[in-house]
Amino acid sequence: MTAPAPPDRRSHDRPGVLPTLDIADLTIEFSRRRVWTPVVRGVSLRVMPGEIVGIIGESGSGKTLSSLAALRLLPRQARIAGGRIRLKDIDILAQTETGMRKLRGDRMALIPQDAMQALNPTMRVGLQVGEPISLHKGGPLKATLRAAARLLETVHIRGPDRGIRAFPHEFSGGMQQRAMIAMGLALAPDLLIADEPTTALDVTVQAQVLRLLREIRDEKGTSVLFITHDLGVVAELCDWVYVMKDGEIVEEGSVRRIFADPRQPYTRMLLAATPSIHAPLRPRGAA
Amino acid sequence: MTAAFDFHRWRLVILGGVIIGCILIAAIFAPWIAPWSPYDLDYTAMLQGPSAAHWLGTDELGRDTLSRVIHGARISMQVAFIAAGVGLVCGTVIGVTAAYFGGIVDLVLMRLMELLFSFPAILLAVVLMASLGTSVVNAMIAIGIVFIPGFSRLARAATEVVLREQYVESARALGMGHLRILFREIMPNILAPLLVEAAVAFSYAILLESALSFLGLGAQPPEPTWGNMLNTGRGFMAQSAMLSLAPGMAIFLTVLGFNFIGDGLRDALDPHMKD
Repeated sequence: MTAPAPPDRRSHDRPGVLPTLDIADLTIEFSRRRVWTPVVRGVSLRVMPGEIVGIIGESGSGKTLSSLAALRLLPRQARIAGGRIRLKDIDILAQTETGMRKLRGDRMALIPQDAMQALNPTMRVGLQVGEPISLHKGGPLKATLRAAARLLETVHIRGPDRGIRAFPHEFSGGMQQRAMIAMGLALAPDLLIADEPTTALDVTVQAQVLRLLREIRDEKGTSVLFITHDLGVVAELCDWVYVMKDGEIVEEGSVRRIFADPRQPYTRMLLAATPSIHAPLRPRGAA
Repeated sequence: MTAAFDFHRWRLVILGGVIIGCILIAAIFAPWIAPWSPYDLDYTAMLQGPSAAHWLGTDELGRDTLSRVIHGARISMQVAFIAAGVGLVCGTVIGVTAAYFGGIVDLVLMRLMELLFSFPAILLAVVLMASLGTSVVNAMIAIGIVFIPGFSRLARAATEVVLREQYVESARALGMGHLRILFREIMPNILAPLLVEAAVAFSYAILLESALSFLGLGAQPPEPTWGNMLNTGRGFMAQSAMLSLAPGMAIFLTVLGFNFIGDGLRDALDPHMKD
């Protein structure tokens, strides 16, 4: 407000390049006793190829809902009331359910919050990690399992050949999350949607998973949409940030700019709410 | 990786398994195990007590009771397995479908199940037998139908729980279709409670079949079943108690065995039970 804004150029924006994900003016409504109430209002966001984009906001701000809309996996009582969603040149909202099924897992993949919950306890890890391959590409089981082992290797799971024969509960939390990421990577999708993938992990494992995501982006040029309420994670990983509050995007900008010069009061509040070693916690109003 | 086999945890299942195993062997190899034919009459030896020749004595037509009990196991076991199978398969399909698709499908299917549930089991079976005609196959079908509502409710409840699991959500996010989700994600995860219920259904099917035979609605004489042996034995209680005691004991042991398996499985498969 006081200092002039530093230049805030989006480094992945290049003329003529189509965004991997382009959401424009998205409105999502929830029904409660047959009354539809908008919970996400006019959200527009872009993810460029090879870019890691963060959405931050408190619980209930609509960040997860907006990202699930891209997969068209909204809960039963929610509907998309308006807007446009494009994956590269595909109009997501115009797809049939069968068409969507072909896109999910192949062109875009979801990395869920709690990997332990997201792995089927009755199925061996190898089969699950290879699932996108057998689902979308088919082929003999042996080849799928070999591919699964290679995927586990890419996400740095030691002993991948033993790993594919293990059941999920035999994996540690970090390994489970990495297995989920491996599953997401199986078909080299254009877009990874990571919904708070590190919330359930302790800090050291969290750092490993973040490093892995960055490595994947650098090596394969995958776009990542990263949903979190953890500002530290955003600062470490993202290129561009959207701040959401009450179903709307209140601010967007490069990570550097958002942290150095937050323009909206809400963003400033979020930043202030993060404990920092430079400003020790003290009661509000104290000197 | 795999812990040593926990005998303590599985002891009831093993005990029940041994009992049922013996009865199964008797049923399968009945013609070779049974000392006499179950149909051969011997008017010189009617209503005899236990002897070296006839271990459990003979009935009112001089047939060997032991042989008839062993042969009776065949029908009882057949009926139990097929009836419980019919109930398990149909009930699971109905329950899972209702839970998975929800809404009007759920409403219609479950109201139908409640309709079946509202009749007492034995009455429902008798009505079904009366309309289908009396034969062993119809007894299996009738008893199976009696089991469908129970299994469907259980399957529906278990599916509701699994549907809320994140791995079903992530299966959708991978692009899985309905059938694949049903068979790969849901079925394996609802199997444990259904298996327990199936074991209980076995024992109940044995009882129900015996009851139907006792009422003359099951397999027809001279075919030996535990139910109709009990029925004829009832008339000769004073002359030869063994005649009712033997099939009664057979029913008792079988039901006990299946209940051991059911209870044991429930405890052994329950992840919350630690020793």
